[in-house]
Amino acid sequence: MSGDAALDIDTLSFAWPGQAPCLSIERFTLAARERLFLQGPSGSGKSTLLSLVGGVIVPTAGRLRVLGTDTAALRPSARDRFRADRLGIVFQLFNLLPYLSALDNITLACRFSRARRERAGDVAAEARRLAARLDLDPSLLVRPAVELSVGQQQRVAAARALIGRPSLVIADEPTSALDAERQAGFVDLLLGECRASGSALLFVSHDRSLAGRFDRCVRLPDINRPEGAR
Amino acid sequence: MRAWLWLTARSMANRRLSVGLTVLSIALAVTLLLGVERLRSDARSGFANTLSGTDLIVGARSGPVQLLLYSVFRIGDATSDIAWSSLEAIEAQPLVKWVVPLSLGDSHRGFRVLGTDGRYFAHYQYGDRRPLAFADGRPFEGVFEAVLGAEVAEALGYRLGQRIVLAHGAGAASLAEHADKPFTVVGILARTGTPVDRTVHVGLAAIEAIHLDWSGGAPIPGLGLSAEETRKFDLSPKRVTAALVGLKTRAGVFRMQRFVNDFKGEPLLAILPGATLQQLWGLMAVAEQALLAISALVVAVGLAGLVAVLVASLGERRRELAILRALGAGPRDVFLLLAGESLLLAFAGCGFGVALLLGLTGALAPWLEGRFGLVLVFQGLQPREWLWLAAVLAAALVASGVPAWRAYRMSLADGMTIRI
Repeated sequence: MSGDAALDIDTLSFAWPGQAPCLSIERFTLAARERLFLQGPSGSGKSTLLSLVGGVIVPTAGRLRVLGTDTAALRPSARDRFRADRLGIVFQLFNLLPYLSALDNITLACRFSRARRERAGDVAAEARRLAARLDLDPSLLVRPAVELSVGQQQRVAAARALIGRPSLVIADEPTSALDAERQAGFVDLLLGECRASGSALLFVSHDRSLAGRFDRCVRLPDINRPEGAR
Repeated sequence: MRAWLWLTARSMANRRLSVGLTVLSIALAVTLLLGVERLRSDARSGFANTLSGTDLIVGARSGPVQLLLYSVFRIGDATSDIAWSSLEAIEAQPLVKWVVPLSLGDSHRGFRVLGTDGRYFAHYQYGDRRPLAFADGRPFEGVFEAVLGAEVAEALGYRLGQRIVLAHGAGAASLAEHADKPFTVVGILARTGTPVDRTVHVGLAAIEAIHLDWSGGAPIPGLGLSAEETRKFDLSPKRVTAALVGLKTRAGVFRMQRFVNDFKGEPLLAILPGATLQQLWGLMAVAEQALLAISALVVAVGLAGLVAVLVASLGERRRELAILRALGAGPRDVFLLLAGESLLLAFAGCGFGVALLLGLTGALAPWLEGRFGLVLVFQGLQPREWLWLAAVLAAALVASGVPAWRAYRMSLADGMTIRI
């Protein structure tokens, strides 16, 4: 686990080709092992920021260090490898592959990363352990993801993000499909697992009701001022 | 197993219906391509094997292809006959081992009648020096006896003892028949896959006999000779249409050809059947190439179908590819996923296509031989066919570049936002 900040943004700016900047952040950090709630309405630049952190796109200007690495300086293939090795992602719609079993979905991330595979050890056993920690019945693991309930799919998605102890877990509106009671339960599970694995958590949501459970809460509109972009 | 290969297999299994249809369309295209190629190749070798063991074909001077067409393929007519004495002079040459006279000009219900003698059954060879064999009966001995080719017997439902009447000329609906001199079928030849199958064979004496009371292509009014009455006449042949010549040694073939071509008695022409067969096949090269082009087009359509299916499936797989990308799959993995799928589909299509081809070859060969005289050889893939398969796979790989590139671009555009 790196001792560097999980995220370190300095005068970052991003614009899609031919468009005005949509993201401009002067300063933003996420400490290692910190669990941060990033709140922002639709269109506030959350998805663009996640793509930048994930290394799928690179900043137009400024500096972005993820887990101590200037990802923009990496070659595209190295950025993909970095993402596979160091990041875990929980999506809003869970995004499980419907034709894979729950177990195959959980272990999928390890198939693209040797480092992650090695950290996980026995990948299948680790997947089962995580599933158990997330209250998933073992009998569900062999079933196709499409046959699971919404709550079960969400926990499979969380296990997939957590397997191989990534240093940074990104959760992109993962509770939007759940009712309030289930939202809190899922967030508590996620926070507990991140704490156990020593992962930093960047939890992105437009719903502030869950913010109190996190170490810190930041409103994206407060740090993103595209009109001030250079 | 590499991640992309494992995922490709799982993803394809999930879309088994569209995958199955794509494999089927490629398999049919491959079967058609290889089938046409095989038919073409077997037709060519069958064509070249129409006649073997004959060193020269002799006829009245005309064109080599024309002589080959009427003497071997029973197509068209000779411009002139050759005198029996000329044939005797050729047979008397020390280089000559045997001569088989051929007399054409009559027909029976659309099938050409060939007047010849017993030497025809002894010396005529086809394929890889295969002699004629009798499926039933024996060669003709009496004047009004006939031997049928296999297809004649099958098409007309004739058996031994059948009485048939020959017609003057080669038309299917000739009005002038030699009805007063019927023939009895005494033999039926085994199938050869050559024009022999479509020929009615009678003796040279029979040709003389049925034309005794004819002149200028029509019966002489008032002179009607019965079959029995013709036996009182000299029925030895005066003229024949052509002759097959076998030599004692192949080395003398050009000397003998020169002798015939320079023959003083009348203008004659001798051709080497192998060379002229190749020349004749060359005339059909355009049709052959057109056939090949059509089957190549079929493969192109099959591959276009493959691309269409892959591009169409991209829409439904866009989310899947974006998920993989977010989990760490690189654009190269996404490209390999699609290209790998195309190759697997093409491999499966080629495999099923070859299996279908071999199955159809085995099942349809007897019918093709019986119906069209086309002899299909049941055999494994030939080097040229392997090349065609390699070309199909290479084309599939190239074709997969389109959807793979689109998938790559989509995966970049979708980034980490998976809301599709």
